[in-house]
Amino acid sequence: METSERLPQEHRSLFRARMSLSVWFKSGEPWVWLTATAVGTSIIAVLGLVGIIAVKGLAHFWPADVVTIDYESAFGKQTIAGEIEQRVRIPREQFEESSAVQDLDFVGDPWQLMIKSGNRKNNPPDFRWIYEHNITHQEKQQNIIVFERLEWGNAYGTFVELREQGNKVSTTEPWEELKRRVQTVVGLRSQARAIQHGAIDRINYKLEKLRLKQRGRELRGNYETADLDRRREKLNSDYVLRERELVEINSKLDHDAVVIAIAGGDEVVIPLKDIVRVWQPNRMNVFIKFGHYCTSIWAFLTENPREANTEGGVFPALFGTVLMVLLMSVLVTPFGVIAALYLREYARQGVVVRLIRIAVNNLAGVPSIVYGVFGLGFFVYLVGGSIDSLFFQAAQPAPTFGTPGLIWASLTLALLTVPVVIVSTEEGLTRIPKALREGSLALGATKAETLFKVVIPMASPSILTGVILAIARAAGEVAPLMLVGVVKLAPSLPIDGNFPFLHLESKFMHLGFHIYDVGFQSPNVDAARPLVFATALLLVIIVIVLNLTAITLRNQLEKRYREALQ
Amino acid sequence: MTENVHPPESGTQFPEGVKLAAKLVGSTDARSPTELPSDDVCLQVTDLGLSYDSKPALTDINMLIPRQRVTALIGPSGCGKSTLIRCFNRMNDLIDGVSIKGRIELNGLEIHDQEVDVAQLRRQVGMVFQRPNPFPKSIYENVAYGLRIGEKLSKSELDDRVERSLKRAALWDEVHDRLNDSALGLSGGQQQRLVIARAIAVEPSVLLLDEPASALDPISTLKIEELIAELKSRYTIVIVTHNMQQAARVSDFTAFLYLGELIEYDSTLKVFTNPTESKTEDYVTGRYG
Repeated sequence: METSERLPQEHRSLFRARMSLSVWFKSGEPWVWLTATAVGTSIIAVLGLVGIIAVKGLAHFWPADVVTIDYESAFGKQTIAGEIEQRVRIPREQFEESSAVQDLDFVGDPWQLMIKSGNRKNNPPDFRWIYEHNITHQEKQQNIIVFERLEWGNAYGTFVELREQGNKVSTTEPWEELKRRVQTVVGLRSQARAIQHGAIDRINYKLEKLRLKQRGRELRGNYETADLDRRREKLNSDYVLRERELVEINSKLDHDAVVIAIAGGDEVVIPLKDIVRVWQPNRMNVFIKFGHYCTSIWAFLTENPREANTEGGVFPALFGTVLMVLLMSVLVTPFGVIAALYLREYARQGVVVRLIRIAVNNLAGVPSIVYGVFGLGFFVYLVGGSIDSLFFQAAQPAPTFGTPGLIWASLTLALLTVPVVIVSTEEGLTRIPKALREGSLALGATKAETLFKVVIPMASPSILTGVILAIARAAGEVAPLMLVGVVKLAPSLPIDGNFPFLHLESKFMHLGFHIYDVGFQSPNVDAARPLVFATALLLVIIVIVLNLTAITLRNQLEKRYREALQ
Repeated sequence: MTENVHPPESGTQFPEGVKLAAKLVGSTDARSPTELPSDDVCLQVTDLGLSYDSKPALTDINMLIPRQRVTALIGPSGCGKSTLIRCFNRMNDLIDGVSIKGRIELNGLEIHDQEVDVAQLRRQVGMVFQRPNPFPKSIYENVAYGLRIGEKLSKSELDDRVERSLKRAALWDEVHDRLNDSALGLSGGQQQRLVIARAIAVEPSVLLLDEPASALDPISTLKIEELIAELKSRYTIVIVTHNMQQAARVSDFTAFLYLGELIEYDSTLKVFTNPTESKTEDYVTGRYG
C-alpha cells in the first residue's frame, strides 16, 4: 500500500488492477465456481445416465415402421423386410480395409444400417448389417404384418391365407379375421395357463405334501398309508380331469394357422398358437402406435420372460426384487433399531462401545460379495441345513431351506445394510433433547417407557432415513444374491395360492441379476440389448419409487417432530 | 430477559433494598422452618453431600421443607441449587459419576432406600424444568402421559383428570377447544403451564420447579407466579430461582446456597429483610451473584 501511495495516478491504477486478481482469489469467488462446477457435473452425469438408459430402453417398445429393402452386395441381390434399429457411420478406411469393394462411388464415410429382419426360423439371421449405399430400392409396404411369436422372435411378412385344420379359410376381410382368431388363441392360451399354473400346480403341490407326509411316517416307523392313499387317489382323479380339459384346449389351439410370404418370396406357415400379437405398423398412425406402445410396456411389466429371457416381460424379476427388498426392510429395521438402542441408550459409553461402533461402520464397507459368501456358508448351509435336518427330514436328501432362497437372500442383504440403519438410528437418538427424556422420567416413566413413548417416536424420521439408505443399497445389489437365492429363471413366484402363500425357501428372480443375465449370458445379443436398457431403467425407477415412498413418510414424521427437536 | 421486568431494587443502597424487599415479600410469617410443628415437615434433608466424579457439588446440607408451603432456593449460578432440587426426585441418578451421601426423607421415608421404586417416587415428587418441554404430542396426550403410564383409567376418568389438571394449571380456558392440537403450537408461557398441568395430573405431593419462569416473558411469568400461589394449598412446592424478587414474592421460606453449602435458611421475610449471614445480605442486596 505504501508504494501505491507514492506512485503517480496512472501507475496506481495499474497496480490496483494487478492486486485485484489476488483479491479475486482471496474473495473465494474461484471456490464458488469450482464447487458449482462439481455440482453441475454431477447433475449432468445423473441426467445423462438416466437419459441414455431411458431413451435406449423405451425406444424398444415403439412399433417402428417395417421397410422392405432390396440391396445388392458382393454376395448378390437380396430382399429383406424389417425395422431399422440403428444407423451408424463407418470410417472409410475401415470400410476399405474390411470390404472386398474398394472403390466407393461417393465421397465421405459410408453408412451402415442394422435391420431387425426377424424370421429367425426360416430366414436367419434376425439382425443384419447392410451398407446404405448397397440399397437399390426401399419402400414401406402397407400390408406388411408383424407377428410377435412365443418362439423364434418376430416374423415379418404379407398375408397369403388362413388355414383351419389345414384347409384354406375363405374370407373377405382376412386381416380382421386373423386378428379375431389371434384374440381367440390368446384367450385359450390364458385358460390353459390358468389350469396349468392354478389347478394342476395345486394338485402337484398337494401330492408332494402327501409324499412328504408318508415319508415322514415311514421315518417314524409308521407304515399306515390308507388315508393318504385315499387322498392321493382323489387328487389323481382330479388331475386326470384337469389334464383332459388341458388337452381339449390344446387341440383347439392347434386348429388354425396363417400362411405368410416373407421377404424374398418364400411362404411360411405359422401356427396361430405360437402368436402373441399381430400388427401392421405401416398402417398405424401415431396415436394407434402410441396405444400399441403402452400395451407393449404393460406387457413387459406383467408378462413372464420367454426365449431365455430375451423376449417377453420381466414380471417375475420385478416381483422378486420388490418382495426381497420389502422382506429385507422388515428384517433389518427392528434389528438395526434394537442394536442402536442398546449402543446409545443402555451400553456404558466406553472403549468397548466405541470399538463396536467402529466395527459397525467398517462393516458397511465390506465388499458385498463377501456377504454373499458368508450368507451361503452361514445362512444357507449352516442355518438352512440345520432347519432341514430338524424339520424337513422327510424331504431329504433334497434340501428345503438348505439351499439358496428368498429368505436367505433377504437376510444376507439385511446384514449388509444393518450398519446404515444402526448409524442413522444412533444419530437420531442423540438428537432427542435431554429435556424431553427428563420430562418423561420426571413423570414416573421408566427408562423403557420413555424410550417407547417419547424417544423412539421422535427418532423415527432418522430410523426411516436409515431404512431409505438400506433400501437404496439393497435394491441395487446383485453380487451376493447370485450366491444366496437369485436364479435366471424361477419356475414359480415366491407368493402363490398354496399354503403358506409366501414361500420363503423358494428361489426368485431379480432385476439386477436379470440385467446381467440378459446382457451377458444371452444367446441373442442383438435381441437382448434393448431389454438390458429397459430392465435397467425399470430397476432405477423401482429404487426411486421405493425411496420416494420412504422419503415422503419420513418428511411427514419429521414435520411432526421438527419443533420439538429444535 | 425476564429478570429485568420488575424495577431492579438490587443496588448498593442497602436500606432502600431492604425496604423494597420487605414490601415485596408476600409472606408475613416470620417463623423459621425449625419452629414449625414436626408433622408439618414434608422433606427432611440430613447431612446431604453430593459429588460429581469426586468433585463435591453439595456439602452438608440440612434442611426441613415444610408441607404445603413454597420454599425457594436462591444463590448465584453454580451454587448447587439445581443439583439440590434434583436430589428430591432422584433425577441425579441419571448422571454418570454422581455419588450421594446423607439422607433425604419424604414424609419420613428415606428416598434412597433400596426398596424405593424411583418411578413411584417421581410420581410423588413432580418436577417442572427451566425450559418448557412438552412432548411432541397433543395437548391432551401431554397431560394424560403420566396417567397412562401409572394408572389404569377409563376414557371418561382420563378426560376428567386431564380437565381438572388443566384447570388447576389455569390453562383450561385457553385450550379446552383445541385439546387435540399439538402442544408445540402453544406459546412458551402456555407450554410451561401445560407442563405444570402434566406434573400435577399424576397427583404428586411435592412439586419441584427448577427456574420455571426464567425462559418466559413478563406476563407469562406473572401467570406462573399466580399459579404457584394457587397450587400452594395442595402441594409442597420447592422452587429454584435466579430472580430474588420472584423468590420474595412467591415463597414462604428461602434457602440461600453458596458454593454447594447452605448458608442460610429461614422465613422469606427474615432472609430478605434481616438476614443473619453477611453473605446472604450481600446476595439479596445485589452485591454479588
